[in-house]
Amino acid sequence: MGLIVRFRSAVSLLGRFPALAGVDLDVGAGEVVLLHGPNGAGKTTLLRACAGLVAIGAGEAQVLGHDLRRDRRGVRRRVGLLGHASGLYDDLTVEDNLRFAARAAGHPAAAADSAMTRLGLDGRLRQVRVGRLSAGQRRRTAIASVVARRPELWLLDEPHAGLDAAGRDLLDALVAEAVADGATVVLASHERERADGLATRRLLVAGGRVVDGLLRGDQADGPAKQAEHVA
Amino acid sequence: MWRDAGLVAAKDLRVELRSRVATNQVVPFAVLVLILFAFALDPDRGILGRAAAGLFWVTVLFSAVLAIQRSFAIEADDDARDSLRLSGLDGAGIFLGKAAAVALELLMLEAVLAVGVVVLYDVSLHDAALLVLVCLLATVGIAASGIVYGVVAAGLRVSDTLLPLLVLPVLAPVLLAATRASEAALATVPGDAWPWVRLLAVFATIYTVFGVVAFGPLLEEA
Repeated sequence: MGLIVRFRSAVSLLGRFPALAGVDLDVGAGEVVLLHGPNGAGKTTLLRACAGLVAIGAGEAQVLGHDLRRDRRGVRRRVGLLGHASGLYDDLTVEDNLRFAARAAGHPAAAADSAMTRLGLDGRLRQVRVGRLSAGQRRRTAIASVVARRPELWLLDEPHAGLDAAGRDLLDALVAEAVADGATVVLASHERERADGLATRRLLVAGGRVVDGLLRGDQADGPAKQAEHVA
Repeated sequence: MWRDAGLVAAKDLRVELRSRVATNQVVPFAVLVLILFAFALDPDRGILGRAAAGLFWVTVLFSAVLAIQRSFAIEADDDARDSLRLSGLDGAGIFLGKAAAVALELLMLEAVLAVGVVVLYDVSLHDAALLVLVCLLATVGIAASGIVYGVVAAGLRVSDTLLPLLVLPVLAPVLLAATRASEAALATVPGDAWPWVRLLAVFATIYTVFGVVAFGPLLEEA
C-alpha cells in the first residue's frame, strides 16, 4: 500500500501563529482517516495543507507524490476538498456549478450529471440557482461538486454538518464507494459516533500536531496506541 | 491554458448573464455619467462636442472599475476563490478568461455609450474602422491591467476602495491615448491617431504578457 499523504515535522504559519507545529502523518492508499480534536487544534489547516491551499514553511510534505514545499498547485486537480464554505457560485445553477467543477478538473460534463443523479439533485433542483437553495441542499451540491471532480484524495471538513439523516447516510455511502474505487479519505469531524463508523483509523490533533492514532477496534478510552502504518 | 481560459470566461459571463448586474447596474451607471456630463457642459455645445472622446473614455474607465470589482466579488462569495484555486486551472488560463470576460462586457458597454455620445453630444463618426481598433486595443489594455490589479486587491478587506486607487493612475496612458485616437476617429479635434494607437497596442501587450506570467502567483497570495 503506497503512501498518499506523508508529512514529517511539517510546519505552517498563519501570520505568526503556527497552525501546524510539526505534523507527522502517514496516510496509506484506501484508508479513511478521521482527524478529531478540540476547536483550533489545526484539523482544518491540516486538510487545507493536504489540498495545497496552505503553505508549508518547514519540514516535509508530500501528497499524491507531489512535494508541497516545491509546488502546491500540482496536487490540486487530484484532490477534492469539502470545507466549511460551499465554494459555489450563488448566481449559477446547480448544473452550471457542477459542470464547471467537473470540466475544471479535466472531466467531461457527464461527470457532473452522474454526480447530480447520485446526490438527488437531478430533478427540479438542477436549474435552481445555488443562492436560492436551503443550507442542506447547498451542502449536497458542495458534496456533488467533490464527487464530480472524481478526486483521488477526499478531504472532508465536518462533512455531516448541515445534512439531514438521509443526506448523512448518503455521504457515508459515497465515502465507502469512493474508497472501493481506490480513493483515500481524510476527514475531520466532531461527530465521533458517525465518523467512527466510517474511519479505518482515528488520529487526535492538538496544538497543531498529530498526537496519537488508534486503529479501528482499539478501545477509544484505552491507552493511546500509536497507529502503525501497514506498508 | 486556452481551454482553461475559455472555461473561466464562459463561467464569468454566465454569472453576469444570470445575475444581470452588468445590464441592470453597470450600463445604467455609465449612461447616467454620460448624461450628467451633457447636463454639466450643455451651456456650450461646442465644448461638449470637442470633449466627447475624453468624456467617453472617462466613463468607460469608471465603468471598468465596477466590472473588475465584480469579476473578483463573485469569487469572494462563499469562498469560491479557494474553489477556483483548488480547481487546478492554470493561472494564466484564469487570467485570460477573466480578462476576456471583462473585455467583452466593456466592448458591449462601449457600443451603448458610442450611441449615447452620438445622440447626446451631437458628434458624427469620421473613421469607424479606426474607432473600432481603438476600442479593441484600449479595452484589452484596461481589462488586462484591471485583472492584474484586481487580484492584488482581492484578498484585502479594503479591496473595493483600493482598486480604483491602484487601477486609475495606471490607466492614465490608456485614457490619454484612447482619447487622442478617438478624437481623430470622430474628427472632433484634428491629429494623427497612429502614434496613440501604437501606445495602446504596447500597453495591452505588456499587461497581457505580465498577467499571463504573474497572475498565478498573485492569486496564491490573494
